[in-house]
Amino acid sequence: MPLPRLIPCLDVAHGRVVKGVSFVNLRDVGDPVELARHYSDGGADELVFLDITATPDESATMVDVVRRVADVLAIPFTVGGGIRSVDDASRIIEAGADRVSLNSAALATPSLITDIAARFGSQAVVVAIDAGDGVVHTHGGRRATDIATVPWAAEAAARGAGEILLTSIARDGQRSGFDLALTQAVRDAIDIPVIASGGAGSARHVAEALAVTDAALIASIVHENPAGLPGLRRDIEACGIALRPLKEPS
Amino acid sequence: MSDVVVVDYGAGNTHSVRASLTQLGRTSVVSADPSAITAAPFVILPGVGSARSAMEHLTETGAADALTERFNADGPILGICLGLQLALEASQEDGGVKGLGLVEGLVVRLETARIPRLGWAMVEPWNEAFYFAHSFVAESPHSVATSEGVCAAVRKGSFFGVQFHPEKSDVAGLNFLERCLSLA
Repeated sequence: MPLPRLIPCLDVAHGRVVKGVSFVNLRDVGDPVELARHYSDGGADELVFLDITATPDESATMVDVVRRVADVLAIPFTVGGGIRSVDDASRIIEAGADRVSLNSAALATPSLITDIAARFGSQAVVVAIDAGDGVVHTHGGRRATDIATVPWAAEAAARGAGEILLTSIARDGQRSGFDLALTQAVRDAIDIPVIASGGAGSARHVAEALAVTDAALIASIVHENPAGLPGLRRDIEACGIALRPLKEPS
Repeated sequence: MSDVVVVDYGAGNTHSVRASLTQLGRTSVVSADPSAITAAPFVILPGVGSARSAMEHLTETGAADALTERFNADGPILGICLGLQLALEASQEDGGVKGLGLVEGLVVRLETARIPRLGWAMVEPWNEAFYFAHSFVAESPHSVATSEGVCAAVRKGSFFGVQFHPEKSDVAGLNFLERCLSLA
């Protein structure tokens, strides 16, 4: 298996990185390009940008952010939020993103997964699942559907998704550790990689997740202290998880 | 003339390759023009998309013949990911696709536990980690590096192909690109 990945996630609104709880009290925390470079320098293996406004009006702003990020970043990054068609995905990928993340658009139109994978390859399609009480949720985790989590993950994989980004709604923002049982259940049911999300509060939590799955999404744990990323990596490695060796620029 | 021609086949993420070249102080242009491909100091065949549509595009534009002509004249070409796979004789992808045939070998579906094979992995004998994102892999007598038992690089004459993405492999990737460019 490739080495486990540590993936900081940045929420973007109106071209800026923001922080908030459940889409309220959003606070501007900086320029996406500067923060991306900062996390990359700190040893992020990959980045995820989520356009939390996700409205058609904002798509041109997001494409511009993607292009500027791609100019400075030499690690892979995924972009989600507001991608509802193959054309939307094309604009984001042609601007320099490696992968797009689909959430409610994939639920509404599952064939979108297949169509984007056919054009750009499976590795370019991430399906994000917000899971709670055994079912998939929409609207930022606020609205339950009647679609069971594990079968939906299996269907997404069968339709051509290259990775599942699995968020536990109950754990999200709680900093009490990942939902390892949920992660394991989804991962056991499919043969594509799974990113665990929701609950990172310490290096030990991340290490626990990386012991059972391919990658861990980290948000508040790094946003509170972006300079702490190298230390976080060391602490994760001290828990017995080997991350990629970093090289100093020559 | 630009330092590097990044070959256009309609679906590639050429932006990231060009951005890394800019970071290394090289000028580049995205083109499928046969005369640009034969004349350039250095050519990169990048890698995102499907084998069939890529080959169709390369054939229609005349880029396929230009790449062969360039290779026969010992002009340096770096193939990245799908760009490496296209240089081989044939691929199992998309129900079977004939490649450029610059390098002996075939492209087969990975048999690793998780597909796509995504993430950073060590490449031997170079002892460095690079970023991979692939579902197919080369099997070639010209393999010069491996990663977890699968082919990570092939080299024959002036063609160098890598399965990983140097433009997405942080410092290790930029150093690798710089070595390729400076050797040319």
